[in-house]
Amino acid sequence: MLITCPYCGPRDVIEFTYQGDGNRERPQPASQNLDAWNAYVYNRLNPAGDHNEIWQHSGGCRAHLRVVRNTLTHEVSSVAFARGDHKSAARHKAEGKP
Amino acid sequence: MAEYSVFSLLKNALTGNKDWKPAWRKPDPKASYDVIVIGGGGHGLSTAYYLAKEHGITNVAVLEKGWLGSGNVGRNTTAVRSNYLLPANTRFYEHSMKLWENLSHDLNYNVMFSQRGCLNLAHTPAQLDDFARRGNAMRHLGVDAELMTTAEIARLVPALDVSATARFPIVGGLMQRRAGTARHDAVAWGYARGADRRGVDIIENCEVTGFLRDGDRISGVSTSRGEIRAKKVAVAVAGSTGQVMRLAGIDTMPIESHVLQAFVTESLKPFINTVLTFGMGHFYMSQSDKGGLVYGGDLDGYNSYAQRGSLPVVDEVMSEMLALFPGLARVRMLRSWGGVCDMSMDGSPIITTGPLPGMYLNCGWCYGGFKATPASGWCFAWTIAKDEPHDFNAPFTLDRFHRGLVIDDKGQGATPRLH
Repeated sequence: MLITCPYCGPRDVIEFTYQGDGNRERPQPASQNLDAWNAYVYNRLNPAGDHNEIWQHSGGCRAHLRVVRNTLTHEVSSVAFARGDHKSAARHKAEGKP
Repeated sequence: MAEYSVFSLLKNALTGNKDWKPAWRKPDPKASYDVIVIGGGGHGLSTAYYLAKEHGITNVAVLEKGWLGSGNVGRNTTAVRSNYLLPANTRFYEHSMKLWENLSHDLNYNVMFSQRGCLNLAHTPAQLDDFARRGNAMRHLGVDAELMTTAEIARLVPALDVSATARFPIVGGLMQRRAGTARHDAVAWGYARGADRRGVDIIENCEVTGFLRDGDRISGVSTSRGEIRAKKVAVAVAGSTGQVMRLAGIDTMPIESHVLQAFVTESLKPFINTVLTFGMGHFYMSQSDKGGLVYGGDLDGYNSYAQRGSLPVVDEVMSEMLALFPGLARVRMLRSWGGVCDMSMDGSPIITTGPLPGMYLNCGWCYGGFKATPASGWCFAWTIAKDEPHDFNAPFTLDRFHRGLVIDDKGQGATPRLH
């Protein structure tokens, strides 16, 4: 399996560390909404098909990457830097989310 | 029940083996059952068997989307053990061990259960201390465990590199003598035959495509072979748990599906007479009765439903094998394959009523499901029949994650790829 790092180019999967499901949303640190925290820590979509996930190019540029990969075929369809794509705390607050 | 015995063997030998009957029927699904078990793997089949045997519930269908035993029951490395640290796991897996010890008799089917022991190698004094602690925890609950010295290990497994110059020198190990291996296909076939002889319908090539509802209660399933109604619907689909639960409208589960690879070499003369695990990585090996070394290591490490793995893990597993057994460098690997494991968030299983009315759930086996096959079915059958868990599976609830009652034997946290 190859992942094309936007910085380093196509590299073997052994250079990368899997950091799991990229669909999870961490509540604000001060949130006391237990359901939201539990869902964040324990619940997974676990799809058979395209999966939105986070990888780190730990054996290369060390960037965190947002990868869309098919869990049935292992085909990688999109790779982008993960930085900045999380909802900011300020936006959380504006939307009234936990 | 047509018994397999020395007399039936002789009789059929003298009559040209014409009279053997198939071990189970191939019935068409009926319109309704008391219980539907989704999943014709080891756990689904043993559930049906114990529903019939222990609880007298024989109007049962087992629905299997492929052929019987085509999933993980035929893909594992066949190790059976009960060497856990935490009491909930130890009690459950020890119950399983006791069922294994009588399984061939119980099923009248030779599952070739061989109590050749399971030895965990320790490579540092701290690791040996940790093993001593686990061994003590096991003995405290009546499970056998003993620490072995390097000299004893060298006598037991002569091929092992026990030298002080080994890459990871061996300082001792924890042995469970009653552990061992079983013939995995025979377990599926034996349970299938036992369930079938008690009236259970085993329906192969029957994929569940949706759930039927009566109000908010699950009242059956739609399948590739039509709708089937049931008072109770039990789900035992391992790696496909997320997909099947999504059909019931449950989008998230405390489960990730990962692929685990296994390997077998060409046949050798007797080489190792126990199940051996490496303590400085993740590697386990035993020798099949045919002579092939059967072994495996870590998950590939990312979500996958592909029943095949990738090369980096092959490379890693082989290097771990050679760290222990330099003499195997020229042995050829014959086959490798992959199975989809339902990795739970604490490494322990889920056997419970619900999560919807009329539904029962059995999942989260990580890569330890094979040894659990008898107790999983036994406890799941109890839970289905009585609508409440047995003491053995009472801790294995679905809501334990949200209630802070996780059973994390390895202390790894909610990172399924590391369990």
